Amino acid sequence: MTLSRGARLALTLAMGAGLALVYVPLAVVLVNSFNTSRTFGWPPAGFTLDWWVRAWQAQGLTTALWTSVQAGLGATGIAMVLGTMAAFAVSRYRFFGRQAVSFLVLLPIALPGIVTGIALNNAFRTVLSPLGIGLGLFTVIVGHATFCVVVVFNNVLARLRRIAGSLEEASMDLGAGIGATFWRVTLPSIRSALLAGGLLAFALSFDEIIVTTFTAGAGVQTLPIWIFGNLFRPNQAPVVNVVAAALIVLSVLPVWLAQRVGGDSGGGRL
Amino acid sequence: MTAGSANPSRPGLAGPGGLARAASRVLHAHPRLRLVGLLAAPMLWLVVAYLGALLALFLTAFWTVNDFTGSVVHLWNLDNFTTLLGRSVYRTVAARSLGVASLVTLLDAAVALPMAFYMAKVASPRAQKWLVVAILTPLWASYLVKAYAWRVMLSSDGVIDWALGPLGLRGPGYGLPATVITLAYLWLPYMVLPIFAGLERIPQSMLEASSDLGAGAGHTFRAVVAPLLLPAIVAGSIFTFSLSLGDYITVKIVGGATQLFANVIYDNLLTANDLPFAAAAGLFPVSVMIAYLAVVRRTGALENL
Repeated sequence: MTLSRGARLALTLAMGAGLALVYVPLAVVLVNSFNTSRTFGWPPAGFTLDWWVRAWQAQGLTTALWTSVQAGLGATGIAMVLGTMAAFAVSRYRFFGRQAVSFLVLLPIALPGIVTGIALNNAFRTVLSPLGIGLGLFTVIVGHATFCVVVVFNNVLARLRRIAGSLEEASMDLGAGIGATFWRVTLPSIRSALLAGGLLAFALSFDEIIVTTFTAGAGVQTLPIWIFGNLFRPNQAPVVNVVAAALIVLSVLPVWLAQRVGGDSGGGRL
Repeated sequence: MTAGSANPSRPGLAGPGGLARAASRVLHAHPRLRLVGLLAAPMLWLVVAYLGALLALFLTAFWTVNDFTGSVVHLWNLDNFTTLLGRSVYRTVAARSLGVASLVTLLDAAVALPMAFYMAKVASPRAQKWLVVAILTPLWASYLVKAYAWRVMLSSDGVIDWALGPLGLRGPGYGLPATVITLAYLWLPYMVLPIFAGLERIPQSMLEASSDLGAGAGHTFRAVVAPLLLPAIVAGSIFTFSLSLGDYITVKIVGGATQLFANVIYDNLLTANDLPFAAAAGLFPVSVMIAYLAVVRRTGALENL
């Protein structure tokens, strides 16, 4: 279809307005992190670097950050292994219940987080408590891994559908075992999809708050839990704002990484 | 991937007659065994740990809590469901949640469609690449940070009040409209990206054919683009709808005193310590989502995720 000049102009305006809508709130948080006012009246009364300095010393912040990194790495590792295995099974074999596997992988992210959260909370307390394992970092990782599998699965599956199984067959015909074939033929061809999926899984885990609330127990605080806990404290507002601003700036990093890795589009499939 | 390695630098290439070699040979000869090996761990995790946990949760929905001791009484009954269906407050909150989720989905579709259209059909290939990045980047910014950004925007004497001030207007403040705006903002990229991908898949030649046959832009959109795009829009709506339905955090941040259905679940578990009731309440969003997924499966939306 040939778009009329008017239609093109309207679409351009809509795109511009949409982008403004997306970025103005983030820009406001960034500007506010330098706002001298504690209550963030707009426009800013003056500018200062004070809050950034103070955020460094905020109580529990660095511990929470470290917990989030650990949980993210743990969950991503598990999700990469499980997601890749499931993707191979679904793409390379025909079996009864193949559709059900795709559906089951999707379920933890399609169902509301609060349901996954209370279900896991209930299961952990019933099954793990008698074994002496309380809620903590371990249960957070298990919870996060459950809904991270799908993004690795989707990315690897999309790649596997594009590459032919004949390369693997050729490798085995030439005498390589299953392990060698995987390491030298299959893995290199899915590597970027795997990394894109892993990156997305880490981001999902790093950002998650609902499942975390129900699986973390009392002693463990991830960064989102820390932010949420301090969000409603007026005298913590400047520090929360700095953390928010820092996270906005840092969000450029995975996008850049994903571009370098060269996965599908900027950050892989959802 | 299943064979162990005898030589770390050359994994899987063990000497002749090595254990890895033998395992590899067995696996190669038995594809079913390979399949079982591949599926065992993921299925054990998802079926036993996840589905098992869900099932156990919904069994507790048929139990009750002793009012005095606070412990769960393992006596089968439907009390929780009668309460849920009987009290008008729960019906109101459920209807409100469904309304919010639908409204957020419609808003996102309305905003995302022209944006995706511009990206796919107007922007130059170079600009297109950057626009995809521009839409993706906020997806990586934290959920809480974005909800917080709207708390700042909507606060009294905040940016919105300041911008509307000269017009003699005030922003909506915290409440239900603020919740809808913030949720729509949060899930917008989940709608833009599938629609953009869906538009990309429609061949240009098809649009040209429609135009050659005399259809105007509007007619082409209705008759050619819309039917092909529907699965992509539905795929986006799965995210916007489900994520809105399960949200209790955004509404706490910008919703003022507004309660959504997920708050009912949350409060019953954490404040009232009534797991059976929370489980019964949790069945509502789950059944809504399963019904939704079952309906949209036919459109082929699940392949568009």
